[in-house]
Amino acid sequence: MAIIEISCVEVWREISNYLDEEISPDLRDRMEAHFSACAHCTAVLDGTRNAVALLGDGRLFQMPEGFSKRLYKKIQGLP
Amino acid sequence: MSIPRPLLQSNEAQLIKRICDGEPEAFYELVRPYERMIYAIAISILKNPADAEEVAQEAVLKAFSNLVSFRGDAKFSTWLAQITYNEAKMKLRKARPHLYESIDAQQQNEDGDYSPRDFADWRPIPSELLEVSEIRETLLNAINLLSSTYREVLVLRDVQLLSIKETTTILGISEAAVKTRLHRARLLLRDSLAPGFDGFWSKGQTYRKVRPW
Repeated sequence: MAIIEISCVEVWREISNYLDEEISPDLRDRMEAHFSACAHCTAVLDGTRNAVALLGDGRLFQMPEGFSKRLYKKIQGLP
Repeated sequence: MSIPRPLLQSNEAQLIKRICDGEPEAFYELVRPYERMIYAIAISILKNPADAEEVAQEAVLKAFSNLVSFRGDAKFSTWLAQITYNEAKMKLRKARPHLYESIDAQQQNEDGDYSPRDFADWRPIPSELLEVSEIRETLLNAINLLSSTYREVLVLRDVQLLSIKETTTILGISEAAVKTRLHRARLLLRDSLAPGFDGFWSKGQTYRKVRPW
């Protein structure tokens, strides 16, 4: 069965849901067909995926030095 | 004073019961796995480490005094995240009411399509580069440039890796709103990280003028 083409604008609209697998299999197939032919959308997809991966890396948000210890002390002061 | 190691075996329900039965020492065990989450939520709203730490502590104390009212409808972590979020918002409102209003005004404009600003096909930024404080700073700055509506969703979903459902509970918004804001946030972040015309993250003289590495 032929995959119905979708436009770049429609692809951009769904890129985040695509990464989260929050789209129907049908739409996913159409988007994948689009990515295989469109370098611009693939670049947007790869860049977005890269940004998301960096955010999820535990090294990004570092707690201030001594944070745990101070929190522990606060809790120890509880009645 | 040594910090106790979390007892991974004991589940949260048991810990909560022990605390409610008069063993407050168990409370640190309960919140310890979520320290980073609490801090990340607070700083994503307040942007300032000292304020974020203060709010994180207040949220934890508040969770303690309200623990008896925790019904277990949501996960403990979601409940704790919600308290932290509300405390941080309250602090922001008190400290900078004018700023809070202007952020609220921005929130109106989240409909409509977002077009990527450029289509640079950059080389992936390897996660090892997060060891470099300059790279971390650049990323954190890019996150801080987002309006708070987008930043909050991005931090819960992509930094803390919470589910869409947990995010809706914490922020008190619909699933559709979570998805729309997350989408916008991710594309905006990608745009602000886009390396410009030469497409290199780690090499290239021209590029160095734009990026610090």
